[in-house]
Amino acid sequence: MSATAVHSLWTTTAAEGIDKIQAPKIEYAQLAPVLIVLGAAVVGILLEAFVPRKGRYYAQLFLSVVALAAAFAAVVALAANGYGSTKAHLAAMGAIAVDGPALFLQGVIILTAIVAVFTFAERRLDPVSHGNRIDSFAAQGASVPGSESEKAAVKAGFTTTEVFPIALFAVAGMLVFPAANDLLTLFIALEVFSLPLYLLCALARRKRLMSQEAAVKYFLLGAFSSAFLLFGIALLYGYAGSVTYARIAAVVDGSVATVDPVLADTMGNDALLLIGGAMILMGLLFKVGAVPFHMWTPDVYQGAPTPVTGFMAAATKVAAFGALLRLLYVVLPGLRWDYRPVMFGVAIATMVFGAIVAITQTDIKRLLAYSSIAHAGFILAGVIAMTDEGISSVLFYLAAYSFVTVGAFAVVTLVRDAGGEATHLSKWAGLGRRSPLVAAVFAVFLLAFAGIPLTSGFSGKFAVFKAAADGGAGSLVVVGVISSAIAAFFYVRVIVLMFFSEPKADGPTVAVPSPLTMTTIGVGVVVTLVLGLAPQYFLDLASQAGVFVR
Amino acid sequence: MSFPLLTATAAVPAIGAIVTAAVPAARRTGAKWIALAFSLATLVLAAIALVRFEPGGDRYQLTESHAWISDFGVRYELGVDGIGVALMALTALLIPFIILAGWHDADPLETKSSRWRPTQGFFALILMVEAMVILSFEATDVFLFYILFEAMLIPVYFLIGGFGDRAHAGGDEAGATQRSYAAVKFLLYNLAGGLIMLAAVIGLFVQAGTFSLAEIAEARANGTLDMSTGMERWLFLGFFFAFAVKAPLWPVHTWLPNAMGEATAPVAVLITAVVDKVGTFAMLRFCLQLFPEASKWATPVVLVLALISIVYGALLAVGQRDIKRLIAYASISHFGFIIMGIFAMTSQGQSGATLYMINHGISTAALLLVAGFLISRRGSRLISDYGGVQKVAPVLAGTFLIGGLATLSLPGLAPFVSEFLVLVGTFSVYPVIGIIATVGIVLAALYVLVLYQRTMTGPVNESVRSMPDLKLRELAVVTPLIALLLFLGVYPKPLTDIVNPAVEHTMSDVQKTDPKPEVEAAP
Repeated sequence: MSATAVHSLWTTTAAEGIDKIQAPKIEYAQLAPVLIVLGAAVVGILLEAFVPRKGRYYAQLFLSVVALAAAFAAVVALAANGYGSTKAHLAAMGAIAVDGPALFLQGVIILTAIVAVFTFAERRLDPVSHGNRIDSFAAQGASVPGSESEKAAVKAGFTTTEVFPIALFAVAGMLVFPAANDLLTLFIALEVFSLPLYLLCALARRKRLMSQEAAVKYFLLGAFSSAFLLFGIALLYGYAGSVTYARIAAVVDGSVATVDPVLADTMGNDALLLIGGAMILMGLLFKVGAVPFHMWTPDVYQGAPTPVTGFMAAATKVAAFGALLRLLYVVLPGLRWDYRPVMFGVAIATMVFGAIVAITQTDIKRLLAYSSIAHAGFILAGVIAMTDEGISSVLFYLAAYSFVTVGAFAVVTLVRDAGGEATHLSKWAGLGRRSPLVAAVFAVFLLAFAGIPLTSGFSGKFAVFKAAADGGAGSLVVVGVISSAIAAFFYVRVIVLMFFSEPKADGPTVAVPSPLTMTTIGVGVVVTLVLGLAPQYFLDLASQAGVFVR
Repeated sequence: MSFPLLTATAAVPAIGAIVTAAVPAARRTGAKWIALAFSLATLVLAAIALVRFEPGGDRYQLTESHAWISDFGVRYELGVDGIGVALMALTALLIPFIILAGWHDADPLETKSSRWRPTQGFFALILMVEAMVILSFEATDVFLFYILFEAMLIPVYFLIGGFGDRAHAGGDEAGATQRSYAAVKFLLYNLAGGLIMLAAVIGLFVQAGTFSLAEIAEARANGTLDMSTGMERWLFLGFFFAFAVKAPLWPVHTWLPNAMGEATAPVAVLITAVVDKVGTFAMLRFCLQLFPEASKWATPVVLVLALISIVYGALLAVGQRDIKRLIAYASISHFGFIIMGIFAMTSQGQSGATLYMINHGISTAALLLVAGFLISRRGSRLISDYGGVQKVAPVLAGTFLIGGLATLSLPGLAPFVSEFLVLVGTFSVYPVIGIIATVGIVLAALYVLVLYQRTMTGPVNESVRSMPDLKLRELAVVTPLIALLLFLGVYPKPLTDIVNPAVEHTMSDVQKTDPKPEVEAAP
């Protein structure tokens, strides 16, 4: 190669490049939900820099709620225009799918995020300190726990209002995650929503060391699983010569005969496909909290500030199951017979393990964490069905579950003693005598978790089990009902504690929340009952949405 | 569109529950009257349904059908056959007595915080149970029935755990512990049974593609529903297990003595006379109708289990020291008779079983409610704490005796008719089992009469010397029940007229006919 050739790179090929590289065509309107949330997150960061400290809380809360509401409106508008069904297609050069499942899950994530943001913004639970109302987050994340600087920050009334833009970033990532239609977008979305969550976990105002430990654990294990996912992506690229879902699916089907000359050695090598596919599944199962990738769940749920736990438990699960569904139904349907036995094992282990270990828990947040593991197992039973009904039942379950979860964790924030939230179960004894309403509401959530009829939990459970039975996974249904029976034990135990035990003299008090948390809890109860009594409309919605675009 | 009578019979108590629960804390007595009024209104509606029901007419009458959750293939379908309407009427009949008998059971011991409203909760829960039980007798959609079957556990659970018997030997603390143990045991047993049934419900849907009893029967008749023998048996077992827990049948009966012992007497009546009937009713309606072949296949085992229940329950009743637990074990023995009658698969056996459900409801209510009055006077459930009560409270002792005699199926009282029918029905096809089952009758005489002798006769125990006799409210509870026992004992025809056609339908479902009598009737 001569020097002129190098020169020509700089000079002449520029003209050629204009023909070759075309500007990507981005359908901004169809990506509006994501773009609105991301834009609001960026504006939120700017607010943090330029708005005086006093006004930040209100500005951030207003911005977040308006942005999320606008994003939801955008989702509804897209769905109303038929993008959920007839006009479903791939936007942004095939990187992001705009189809029924994506829009449904984005809607669920946004609504969950709105009610979760309300709990983030709650400032009436703790007593006023140094003349300032305080929320669940550390006064200053950067100050060392117990140090002078922390005390100074508390005294000065600092609040970490950056949680709002951070949460918005996480929401944006979650919106992309179930819609991602190539593996790189999937990975980027994963990181975009994971990194803010790691941060949020570390920001508890009380028990800061525990909170930071939770964040470090979550970060390390999360990074580990990301590495698996990335490695899996590389292997699948080696197998298919592409990272787009449609192309990989085509290669798996054998409908693509052409071999990329650069990848001649690896393309079509089934070992790469199987190992790569397994690694990507691992990455997703980690986010879902399925056994044996569940280890982070209890510690992180316990350590994180409770509003964050509620948000994370609900929204992460929705996003991750969305991505899992798309991967299994769009990319790997040709591999069904290879991964189905493994997924069977994972689902069974998840249901049984979650239910059994939850029995021994003494901390309400850890208990809910293990219960979320068991629920991940139930949802996996629907995922494995591999039918249209499987998709719609999982969508419905996720919608039902997320509102119960956010509501339940919101109730947990209310029960407090001198040390903050009283999460030890023994302190909940006799709560039903002291605050019948709060206890009754929590009992409704527990009954929904347990899947008692007339609650949303039952409708969801019935939908996934029916789909699983239809899809030939009857054994999963049997294991599912048995672990439901086991799980019922610990939900009932909490109800017994609340209603049938005598209140302790030094027991916790129930804080009277602001309308924000009340809204969160109220929405949770209403959704739980409506989806339990009259789920038809939402089942229709889910089944209309249950078709992936390829 | 005609007036939805069946929906109304369930909606009225449900609305009553909400209204009662909403009564302010200070207006306790008002809440009681409201609950009583709603339960009486339900009784009126049930009576209208009973009158409008034509025994010779269609199998399911007063039907209603509305779309509900079409994605699950679920419809809100109601309809009653003779068995359903009779049990619905029994439920509606007993609830006012239960409310009246429990008038003071949930009065708060001291005025605690104003937001704790146990009285309102107690009566609201009772009405809630009534609504669910009535609707479950009317549901002709398997899914709708399942939902109610499961959901009714929750209010019963709170009734057991939240409003226990105050007459507890170990004091309040031990009482609370045992109470919550009993409540949890009740819930877990029944929930486990229910969840197993859920798997079978889903399996049934996968097989049949519908939850409607009528559609499944039609598909079975024209051969489009082709269930393999093995699948039918598994599904039968799933359903039967849940109903056996609820009924309760040995060996899944152990929750009942705890629950009945710890609950207040009216709640114990609610459990054994009303809620448990859903289990035996469902065996007739769902097990036999949906899975006739499997039911016949399982008959020998079920009959043996029923027989064990009869003898074992009666034996344990003889050995009890606690009045309420004694009645609980007696009930287990009686449920054995009911299940035996159902699975003997003769028309006498099944009519007997249906009558037995109703008569057992009335007789147990009479006995247990009087026992409750007795216990609340002395503050103890132990038999040994009583003696000579008939000298100080003759009316109480007399009504207790009649309730007891009904329990041991004395001829002339209603339970005799049904027990006789069950035994005849069983004997005609399974003579050995029929013969052994009569042991249960002998033992019943033993436990009832010994109970009466120890508590009511003999020297007057010091602690009962100042025991008052039955008050007007208590008499208002007991008298009508006893009158009904006598009436149905002498003239059971109205009841059998309603029940018999339904039994014929069930018999034709399982394609069984009664054995021919060995001795031809004289020409």
